[in-house]
Amino acid sequence: MADKHVDELSGVETTGHVWDGIRELNNPLPRWWVWTFYACIIWAFGYTIFYPAWPLLTENTKGIWNVTNRSVLKDELAVASGAQKVFVDKIAAMPVAEIVKDKSLSEFATAAGAAAFKVNCTPCHGSGAQGGVGYPNLNDNDWLWGGSAEQIYTTIAHGIRDTGDPDTRVSEMPAFGEMLKPEEIQNVAAYVADLSKQPVTSGDPAAGKEVFATNCVACHGDQAQGNRDLGAPNLSDAIWLKGSGEAAIIAQVTKPKHGVMPAWTVRLGDTTVKELAVFVHSLGGGE
Amino acid sequence: MTKISQTVGVGLFAFIALLGAAFAQDSLFKAHMWVLFAVLLIFSVAMIRRVSFAPVSTVSSEQRKSEYFDEVVRYGLIATVFWGVVGFLVGVVIALQLAFPHLNIEPWFNFGRMRPLHTSAVIFAFGGNALIMTSFYVVQRTSRVRLFGGDLAWFVFWGYQLFIVMAATGYLLGITQGREYAEPEWYVDLWLTVVWVAYLLTFLGTIMTRKETHIYVANWFYLSFIVTIAMLHLVNNAAVPVSFLGVKSYSAFSGVQDALTQWWYGHNAVGFFLTAGFLGMMYYFVPKQANRPVYSYRLSIIHFWALIFLYIWAGPHHLHYTALPDWAQTLGMVFSIMLWMPSWGGMINGLMTLSGAWDKIRTDPIIRMMVMAIAFYGMSTFEGPMMSIKTVNSLSHYTDWTIGHVHSGALGWVGMITFGAVYYLAPKLWGRERLYSLRLVNWHFWLATLGIVVYAAVMWVAGIQQGLMWREYDDQGFLVYSFAESVRAMFPYYVLRAVGGGMYLLGGLIMAWNVTMTILGHQRDEAPIGSAVPQLQPAE
Repeated sequence: MADKHVDELSGVETTGHVWDGIRELNNPLPRWWVWTFYACIIWAFGYTIFYPAWPLLTENTKGIWNVTNRSVLKDELAVASGAQKVFVDKIAAMPVAEIVKDKSLSEFATAAGAAAFKVNCTPCHGSGAQGGVGYPNLNDNDWLWGGSAEQIYTTIAHGIRDTGDPDTRVSEMPAFGEMLKPEEIQNVAAYVADLSKQPVTSGDPAAGKEVFATNCVACHGDQAQGNRDLGAPNLSDAIWLKGSGEAAIIAQVTKPKHGVMPAWTVRLGDTTVKELAVFVHSLGGGE
Repeated sequence: MTKISQTVGVGLFAFIALLGAAFAQDSLFKAHMWVLFAVLLIFSVAMIRRVSFAPVSTVSSEQRKSEYFDEVVRYGLIATVFWGVVGFLVGVVIALQLAFPHLNIEPWFNFGRMRPLHTSAVIFAFGGNALIMTSFYVVQRTSRVRLFGGDLAWFVFWGYQLFIVMAATGYLLGITQGREYAEPEWYVDLWLTVVWVAYLLTFLGTIMTRKETHIYVANWFYLSFIVTIAMLHLVNNAAVPVSFLGVKSYSAFSGVQDALTQWWYGHNAVGFFLTAGFLGMMYYFVPKQANRPVYSYRLSIIHFWALIFLYIWAGPHHLHYTALPDWAQTLGMVFSIMLWMPSWGGMINGLMTLSGAWDKIRTDPIIRMMVMAIAFYGMSTFEGPMMSIKTVNSLSHYTDWTIGHVHSGALGWVGMITFGAVYYLAPKLWGRERLYSLRLVNWHFWLATLGIVVYAAVMWVAGIQQGLMWREYDDQGFLVYSFAESVRAMFPYYVLRAVGGGMYLLGGLIMAWNVTMTILGHQRDEAPIGSAVPQLQPAE
């Protein structure tokens, strides 16, 4: 088969071989292709002169510029933290109550806290700090454990019901399903729902008031206004952590759910926790 | 045909699977062995029904030996089309799962299990069957000899389908070794090794017994694909099983060595499975369909050797800015840059083969498909080296840009060149005068092309936006966006991506219909494409 053969259409000689009717033209390599290939190879070797490249017996060549991923990152971090150093040092040295009074410092801390909040807090509290069922809204002035910068700082630093932190905020509502009769729970739920003008369908609010006075005022207060020292929520307003309405209240009284937040100082460090506290304080409900 | 020993073999294999189920050390292995047993039992019954005790007619057997072995290619073509549609469908489902998380159905159909099902279905089931099927067809024609090894080719075909079924059911059950594109556990890997060795024997044996003096270029590419995949598979899956009757195994590698091994495998699965193998397909079907000689023999030699030498080193570019030592990252990057022109050698040879036949793009939708495939091949083999440059990679890495890049190569190059080969083969393999409908091929072409354009463009925009959001700092030096915000911003892109994938799936379904009707011997009454007077067509 290896006889000379010229393709009529292009006038180019073929290699003379035929496979199942397929011939191959003997065109040369396109010049631009060859030169671009050479250029890539030269560039590749050039790159290895400047950057870490050739593995030798015990270590690799470092390259003329002597840079590595790590050294570049280190330099960039040094520049970035250098630019923030003045503010960060001040924040580290001052209590949060002082920081919120200093205009330029609180602006910086608020921006820093917002960045930290996005990474660490949004999974539970939402990207707008609006919370959700079981996770408090941080924009309003309804605080479980207090809304001053100092109180917010303590809550974030030590967490809520974090068993690893001895200073964590703890409170536990008893499971009244084991102590009260079902109709008593129904009545007290009706009373509580009525406080915030929610529709009452099954229970008797008047009877529920009696149950409330006996069992609930110790923590939630005689006006059901709550108690921040105990983390007991205000029940007289329209803000509900575990869901509103009689059914949700019955569920919570019968077998309460208790939220948990980790102690953040061990994870983020004291400065970032202060920044977070300033940010949360700035959201609208800060006291 | 007497198939007594084969039937007994499959029956024994089924019995071993039953024993595996009985003595399994964990519930997953038990469940998986029951699946294996059920599959093999059905297969044995089907084989028993076909056993014939009549003496073999020597005349017909001699006659068969002189013919090409095309029955296995016919099965392969059907498997290719079937798995293609399955793979595209799962792809659309997981695209929708990303846009609408409620579509994750625990535990079997959540994204974590469906994603490897998609990647394996399209790469190994669709792409693998396409490669095995076309390589069997091409090597016989270009060597002018029947496939080597008699029924070995049947073993390769059915053994490979068994591998696919075991891999797929394993993923849904939650059996995985967590290695990208190599998720099946040790026992399925061992099975694939056996099948792959049989494939190598069949292919190499056919080449060794060829009646042509020279080996055609398509066969170089097919052979490099088979040999390299064998090597990659063995090294990457080196592992110690906890029990020979349990699913779990531990990799021979750990830490950054393991990461590098996985991406050495992962990248070369792309390089040798999805590039070299399909270049083999291109080198046969493009000149055949265009009826033109290959553009340059010299280019084919140089770009072949340059491609296979350079590709194998490029894997570390998947691990830029990680614990991988800097020198290895440099290695991956510079070899990727050098790889650009060798990759484009295939594009030049494919496109320039059409010189003198460019008018066929107007009249032949199959040629159009092949040209589009080569165009996407050229685009993604430029994009790949570009993304391997570290400064580009620092933006693109971990974003949906990578997903867009992969799919412009997979949907554009691998998919389109396969569709072209399927449309070329279907009438020839079943002895039909022509396809059922060329106009349906045209519909498939436009649906697939627009689907890819939507998919890739959306993912580029999505990926670049993600990368920019992740690195956006305010003037006080703080990150502007949280990760969750970047996820939220992806929603419209994810919906559009599913639309692009849906169009591609629809094209696949049209192909399945067209191929089925061709096999059944129907011809659609329609005006030829590119005729002087365009005629209105009813919507398909």
